[in-house]
Amino acid sequence: MNNTLNYQQKTLLQRLNWQDWLYALIVLAGSIFAFIKYAHYMDAYEVTFLFGAALLFSYLGWQWKSLGKLVIGVGVISLASIALYQGDQTRATEVFFLKFLISSQSAIMWMNVLFVLAMVTYWFALYKRSAFSANVASALTWVAVLFGFVGLMVRWYESYLIGVDVGHIPVSNLYEVFVLFCLITALLYLHYEQKLNTKQLGGFVLLVINAAVGFILWYTFDREAHNIQPLVPALQSYWMKIHVPANFVGYGAFSLAAMVALAYLLSSKGVLTSRLPSLEVLDDLMYKSIAVGFAFFTIATILGAMWAAEAWGGYWSWDPKETWALIVWLNYAAWLHLRMVKGLRGPLLAWWSLIGLIITTFAFLGVNMFLSGLHSYGTL
Amino acid sequence: MNPKLSFTKNFLDLLSSMRFAVSLLSVLGVASVIGTVLKQNEPYENYIVKFGQFWFALFEYLGLYDVYHSVWFLVILLFLVISTSLCIYRNTPAMLKEWRTFKDHATEKSLRAFSHQATFNLTADYAATKQNLLHFLNAKGFKYKIKAQEDGSELIAAKAGTHQRWGYIFTHVAMVVILFGGLLDGNLPFKVQEMLGYKRIETLDLPVSKVPAESRMSVSNPSFRGNMTLSEGATHNVAFLRVRDGYLVQELPFAVGLKDFRIEHYATGQPKSFESDLVIFDPELKEPITKTISVNHPLTYKGIAIYQSDFQDGGTGLKFNVWDLFSPSDKSRELTGAIFDEGALGDGDDLLRVEYNDFRKFNIINMSPDGKGKPHNVGPNVTYKLRDSRGQAIEYVTYMQPMQIDGKFYFLSGMRETVQEDFRYLRIPADEDLSINGFMGFRAVMLDQSKYQEIAKRIAKKSLGVSDNPEVKKQFELSLVRLLTIFAQGGYSEVAKVIEQSVPEKEREASATTYIKMVNIAAYEAYNMGLELSNKPLLKNTPETEALMRDSLNAFSDMFFYGAPYYLQLNQFEHKEASGLQLTKSPGQKWVYLGSVILVLGIFSMMYIRERRIWLYLKPSANEVHFAMASNRKNLDFEKEFSLYREQLAGIVS
Ligand code: HEM
Repeated sequence: MNNTLNYQQKTLLQRLNWQDWLYALIVLAGSIFAFIKYAHYMDAYEVTFLFGAALLFSYLGWQWKSLGKLVIGVGVISLASIALYQGDQTRATEVFFLKFLISSQSAIMWMNVLFVLAMVTYWFALYKRSAFSANVASALTWVAVLFGFVGLMVRWYESYLIGVDVGHIPVSNLYEVFVLFCLITALLYLHYEQKLNTKQLGGFVLLVINAAVGFILWYTFDREAHNIQPLVPALQSYWMKIHVPANFVGYGAFSLAAMVALAYLLSSKGVLTSRLPSLEVLDDLMYKSIAVGFAFFTIATILGAMWAAEAWGGYWSWDPKETWALIVWLNYAAWLHLRMVKGLRGPLLAWWSLIGLIITTFAFLGVNMFLSGLHSYGTL
Repeated sequence: MNPKLSFTKNFLDLLSSMRFAVSLLSVLGVASVIGTVLKQNEPYENYIVKFGQFWFALFEYLGLYDVYHSVWFLVILLFLVISTSLCIYRNTPAMLKEWRTFKDHATEKSLRAFSHQATFNLTADYAATKQNLLHFLNAKGFKYKIKAQEDGSELIAAKAGTHQRWGYIFTHVAMVVILFGGLLDGNLPFKVQEMLGYKRIETLDLPVSKVPAESRMSVSNPSFRGNMTLSEGATHNVAFLRVRDGYLVQELPFAVGLKDFRIEHYATGQPKSFESDLVIFDPELKEPITKTISVNHPLTYKGIAIYQSDFQDGGTGLKFNVWDLFSPSDKSRELTGAIFDEGALGDGDDLLRVEYNDFRKFNIINMSPDGKGKPHNVGPNVTYKLRDSRGQAIEYVTYMQPMQIDGKFYFLSGMRETVQEDFRYLRIPADEDLSINGFMGFRAVMLDQSKYQEIAKRIAKKSLGVSDNPEVKKQFELSLVRLLTIFAQGGYSEVAKVIEQSVPEKEREASATTYIKMVNIAAYEAYNMGLELSNKPLLKNTPETEALMRDSLNAFSDMFFYGAPYYLQLNQFEHKEASGLQLTKSPGQKWVYLGSVILVLGIFSMMYIRERRIWLYLKPSANEVHFAMASNRKNLDFEKEFSLYREQLAGIVS
């Protein structure tokens, strides 16, 4: 009978300790604070989203303790930054801590720098087989993510300083969603890094993230895209708040899968084989990542259709962005069929997910650059 | 077997096969790309210009201008529906069986053939162990069934996560439901009626009342997506459906009126909101409904949703000052008109019809030379065409206020002969008062032969070594008058022509430089004479004045390429807007949303519910417990789970 205790699985609620409850309480307190302070800027949907987010982040933080710490960190630093602003936008360039650390612009710059450092460190760790360096790289990535989210939160606040009617969630143009992309991809990676207890893939995943960082830098310095622009009428919708993040979980997961596929292909050709996780692990991770991406991408596309129905009068208009979303979706549907139904494994699927990244990138960027349509995300 | 039957069977097999499904998905993907690369539903002339007649006709035959409504595209979708339906039909029974069954027919022998299995020695009490095992299965969330075997052994067959099988059914049924909904909202009824010859699209620009019945869709049309442009104060009861290069008229069960249309702007000038105050008139209503719609906030009445989609001009009233560019007068006359109306300039053979096309109150343009600066509002502009007696038209776009370019102000007016071209701009420098009058006065003097003598005299007086010698002076004045006469006939290019004809090649550059210098000096005098005539303060000799002269002379020379002898400067306007509405009736939307929900449920259950089965074969005769485990998806999680369970079970049994 004493054996039963060993295998009895506790339910989530049974597993929670006082720290978990404290965490949830802080998150809840934070959202109540936000509600009291900003309720008059929100409609019923947005209030729902606010408390929905509190629930979601409590749950995610319970499931994944590190994320909980991140949430608290982002909250505290963002509030500190907001307090330093004292409601005056010009203080971003006057107050030391804002100017050099936690104004939205500086925080995002720190994110960029840290991602580059993290990538270099990951590769160094891989080359030297150094566990210590790998831990440093992982820490750098976490801090980069912390800064990135602070940057976005503060940007959200800053947009209201420009003008109450200008204020909006920072997921409204290419610059902002690129930052979001970096953060979500990094988080997905960090999740699997902990779960699989392997830090060897960091260098690979940070390749895509740093490609995005490069884009952000170019976009900032060449196009001054970091300036906050008011929303065109079509984007003024609560749908944007859920459609865009859902989409980027999809894009992030597909990118992660592609980088794992790259590692898979190299390893199967004998490159770095001894340093990387086994092919089975890579294959499994690639599948999981695509599965997550596919699920979120499906939701995002459906949300997009519902939004389109409300903004343009049709849930599907064969607008280039919509059509490319469909193409991406069909592509991964075919991928999943081959794997799940045919039981296909190995290099072919790895190649396919690498090519999938090209298709995804085109849907994400190329459409804005080369094709015109109803989507007002802006051209380059 | 009957060969015919086997052919049908093979065909059905093919249709419902995975390979066929994956191929269809790929083909659909590739087909979709075409429509994003080739811009859809443009006016057909654009395609002709772009591809030439041959390719245009071929592409039209292939339906490439409206790929997503072409027959072949619909056929692909249809195949997808059929193939998926057949797949569901074939797989569902098996899936349901898997969902229900405990697979308790397994035998000891078959279990031993499993890749994931283990045998434990039963050391504890049989009944207690059995209880513990059942307890274990319960704790892990497995349902089980016990089956006694003939030899006194017992088989516990357990399953968990078999709901995953519903994931397959949901996902694929969802696809059929979504495509069915999409089909309901397509224009299939029209397509069929068109093929049968009952309906045809109208390609001529007719007033609504003249559109024949065969191009009208009645109120009972189950689904449509149309447009309506309403000027402020107007009321319509039809919408237009764009089909290929023509349209259909969709009758509505009510009328829509527009009281007011508003655009609000941010401080930066970008549009913040588009709003229309609508009134719905319906005989069935006691009172008309009034409602304000805006982007993202439509109105639905009688199953028809009305959306704010865009806006246009609704017939803005315009007042222009018109200058005869080639007449030596600095006076302008008035011209009034309204957008969508026509006016006339000149008479006889030189009569030009003015077609007022568009007025825009706000124009947000990025004027910085490197494109890095912020776009800003440069004020109203008006677009019109001047059509001559042979029907040839030139299109103009003219800005009302001067625009700042490199620190200086210019009046801009662009012209082009065809829609494919970019506008080429005439830049007229603004004077001190930011008005166009300074240039117009200058232009009048430059065209007035009677003034040349006076100009020449003034210059001669100021020039050293000319004024004292009467012979030189006369010669000088004569050549200046000649130069001005030539310049007045065509600006710099006319001067260049004359140089080419009369000056030997070697000296051309030198004489061109001299002429340009002379013209610039003359321009200074002419400009001042123009100012004198209108009692304005004169120019001083400064670098700014030099720049103004250069710009004025350039504008004067460009005038000859402007295509019309008139410059229309917008003076006043009375803004009237029209709201662009989109009206849709889409009975399929409910189905599509329903399908979407099923799809999400299906995908999540297929991917996140993991079906696993456990068999425990209790064999008291041999004091053995045999354990086997299986999953329809063997992956790392399964491997881990198997190892864990094996260990835990070993603990229980021994
Ligand atoms: C409209 C076209 C189709 C779409 C969009 C579609 C979509 C999907 C999706 C999303 C999955 C789940 C993949 C996963 O869980 O990771 C799946 C699985 C599957 N599909 Fe399709 N499918 C289509 C057509 C078909 C057809 C025609 C067949 C017939 C052979 C088929 C057979 C299957 C099977 C057998 C599975 C795996 C079920 C399982 O192992 O539980 N699908 N499909």
